[in-house]
Amino acid sequence: MSAVSIIVLVVLVILTLVQVMRISEISSEIQKGKDNEVSPKDNDTQGRLMLLVGFGFIISVVVMYIAWGRHSLPEPSSAHGAEIDSLWNLSMLIINIVFFIVQPILFYFAYKYRGKKGTKATYYEHNNRLELFWTMVPALALAVLIIWGLNVWSTLMMPENEEEPILVEVYAQQFNWTVRYSGGDNELGYATVHEIAGANIVGVDTQDPASADDIIAKELHLPVGKPIQFAFRSQDVIHSAYFPHFRAQMNCVPGSVTNFQFTPTITTAEIRQNKDVKAHVEEVNEIRKAKGEDVWDFNYVLLCNKICGAAHYNMQMDIVVETQDEFDAWLKEQKTVAETL
Amino acid sequence: MSTTTTTEKNNHFQDHLMEHHHEENFFTKYLFTMDHKMIGKQFLITGMIMGIIGVMMSMLFRLEIAYPEQSFPILEFFLGKWAPDGVMDPNIYLALVTIHGTIMVFFVLTAGLSGTFSNLLIPLQIGARDMASGFMNALSYWFFFTSSVIMVVSLFVESGPAAAGWTVYPPLSALPQAMPGSGAGMTLWLISMTLFIVSSLLGSLNYIVTVLNMRTKGMSMTRLPLTIWAFFVTAVLGVLSFPVLLSAALLLMFDRMLGTSFYLSDIFMGGEVLSYSGGSPVLYQHLFWFLGHPEVYIILLPALGISSEVIATNSRKPIFGYRAMVGSILAIAFLSFIVWGHHMFVTGMNPFLGSVFTFTTLLIAIPSAVKAFNYITTLWKGNIQFTPAMLFSIALVSTFVTGGLTGVILGDSALDINVHDTYFVVAHFHIVMGLSAIYGMFAGVYHWFPKMYGRMMNKSMGYAHFWLTFITAYGVFFPMHFLGMAGLPRRYYSNTAFPMFDNLADINVLITYFAIIGGAAQLIFIFNFFYSIWRGPKAKQNPWRGNSLEWTTPVEHIHGNWPGDIPVVYRWAYDYSKPGAEEDFVPQNVPLAEGEESGH
Repeated sequence: MSAVSIIVLVVLVILTLVQVMRISEISSEIQKGKDNEVSPKDNDTQGRLMLLVGFGFIISVVVMYIAWGRHSLPEPSSAHGAEIDSLWNLSMLIINIVFFIVQPILFYFAYKYRGKKGTKATYYEHNNRLELFWTMVPALALAVLIIWGLNVWSTLMMPENEEEPILVEVYAQQFNWTVRYSGGDNELGYATVHEIAGANIVGVDTQDPASADDIIAKELHLPVGKPIQFAFRSQDVIHSAYFPHFRAQMNCVPGSVTNFQFTPTITTAEIRQNKDVKAHVEEVNEIRKAKGEDVWDFNYVLLCNKICGAAHYNMQMDIVVETQDEFDAWLKEQKTVAETL
Repeated sequence: MSTTTTTEKNNHFQDHLMEHHHEENFFTKYLFTMDHKMIGKQFLITGMIMGIIGVMMSMLFRLEIAYPEQSFPILEFFLGKWAPDGVMDPNIYLALVTIHGTIMVFFVLTAGLSGTFSNLLIPLQIGARDMASGFMNALSYWFFFTSSVIMVVSLFVESGPAAAGWTVYPPLSALPQAMPGSGAGMTLWLISMTLFIVSSLLGSLNYIVTVLNMRTKGMSMTRLPLTIWAFFVTAVLGVLSFPVLLSAALLLMFDRMLGTSFYLSDIFMGGEVLSYSGGSPVLYQHLFWFLGHPEVYIILLPALGISSEVIATNSRKPIFGYRAMVGSILAIAFLSFIVWGHHMFVTGMNPFLGSVFTFTTLLIAIPSAVKAFNYITTLWKGNIQFTPAMLFSIALVSTFVTGGLTGVILGDSALDINVHDTYFVVAHFHIVMGLSAIYGMFAGVYHWFPKMYGRMMNKSMGYAHFWLTFITAYGVFFPMHFLGMAGLPRRYYSNTAFPMFDNLADINVLITYFAIIGGAAQLIFIFNFFYSIWRGPKAKQNPWRGNSLEWTTPVEHIHGNWPGDIPVVYRWAYDYSKPGAEEDFVPQNVPLAEGEESGH
């Protein structure tokens, strides 16, 4: 049935095109047969369309900013996140300035200099000063962005800590996440894929004394205001641990351990009171209600952001940022490796 | 002096070639031809067929993204067992995304674009009777053809086509247990790409040799049209970078078939530890992106070359800043080799490397900005003739600017962390590379169609095709920036697993509407193209009143291109609207008038 309708549709489209073609051919023959050469009238029409559609595009970009700008991620919930966001804002400002100057000029020139009968273009082959000018201006703007960018990058990658960070392992497999806390000794026990068996899903070496107090969990709890040093591992393919609300991301690469550090600054309870987050939750719940789905409450979430197989789109783990007391209480409830394995 | 004699000898040699007339039958004329013009057309038609497949795939997965996990009979019609009851399977979703990327990047925008126009234009614009080696040229096409056939065949294997993303990162692509697509489909993908690389190398070597050795008398490097500069530098990029992809592909084959561990280590899958040890998946990424980044410019530079030519011709003005344009092509090409790491900021590589790659990547913005401003200045005080080719070229400048600007964000390692692999990236590269290159390709087809087929394409359909494409393409890709800024990852089969993305569903529906309209609009082009081959009005010898040498050849194709002597060149290709000249164009083979200064 659907096959027939597709074929019918395609045939209809082709027939329509043939007819359109005939009409245009006949009409162009009536207009003295100069078909397919660009006439001054064409230049006029197309030039005006350039202006109209070009500016339509620029205006619709403004409209998109107004309509969808609110979808952007809310305020960052990590200490370094604010630095990334300021750099982001400056970069966005610069590229938007360039966008909103260059695009209108392009479309305006296309309109303004549309071919007219009897006019001749100006022979203008080069101007070294002008070219130097638009080499230097981007170079200067980029110098600022590069210097600032590298600065932020090095604070991210080589953070200076006043207190010792809490060591947490994030462990990836098709298609779920596991976390391992280093426990009281703040040292993760040795782990390898060769030890994976039964309940020992992350392959902890139970012979290693450092592993005894390690805690394996399926939800990531983080104390607010404490630097967290993450170690990432994967047992099968490459995954990417993406923490959008914390402006953090790192690949989990089988065969090696990667690292990233950040300090959460806003607890889950606090972020739920954030104006933007509240509006977001409200909007989402309206949509969910209309579809008859459960009410959703905001949670920080860890996503997989590197294609990893069929269920890549649903590889997630909730993150709870809480006060130190709440975190300690939660950790106490969890069983250690020594108790479970 | 010595160069003149070489050129003359060269011309003698080439004239000698002309004398070998032989009877042609269907096979020698259309299939196993060694004539560069016909080979160019072969590349174009094959590229278009692959393009139709690639675009149709995007329609199917856009339908899935807009209406996740819903039933559409059309999906079952196309995908069969991969869409039981019309609901798309996640594995085939990933396969569609993968093959769409592979086909568009390599088969359409590398072979279809570069193969078509380098072949067609290099001999015609430099004044040569054919390519340096017609046989290698034919071989290049047939390797490409075979590679295309294998890629299409891979769609029909039982375990499905390759599905690990067009970059096919191991271990996902290396282990058949990791996903169905990494079985036979992946093997065929690798074989197809290996043949593709051979095709690309054969073609590129030929282009380089031809440009360097076979220019006609007077055609110095600084008188070359910018198209030729772009094709030449593209070929150099290809020769230097494709072999690295070949090595990456071979090592991946070894890991898959011979049990080596180049890319694999410490893997637990299917309830057992696999025997691989000591390899690194990140090594593959280094090798892949050492090609992958120059590849972006292998795609883009020919489009920029084409648009330079089309914009100058149709503005009836010299291209502004010819030397700066050549310089920026060279600068972009050089830089493209030392920026590959910006695809790998979050792989855990040494942060110092990240700093270096940020620095080199952002530098590319400078020559790119020079190109964009020079295009715009070429329009200034022009007498613009809005052919469909010109419209697409102006649109190329627009997308090149829009997409290039977001590159400033993604190239910055600190900012990349948060938008890496999100829809922000999808928006960026589709606009700056996909759309710009496709627009360049359309501009090339509309502009040189009379040269290829001796007939004109229909203007009105060209206009309709352009406006629908221009509007819908921005409609598809611009909103994706906002999806990415909301944190939506790419390559998600469905966004419903995360309620935080529920409010983005409407945007995805809108994008899909634009995609379907835009895809359907391409039917106008296809119809116009094939209709005009046979029924289009006959073309004049120089329909756009251009300066470059291809317009001095007769409309009917002949072996050796020029019936008499090869024309001698006296000036650059951009003497449009030159003061003192009678017409608003002076072809390159017109000697300088008395007292006329060489413009350049």
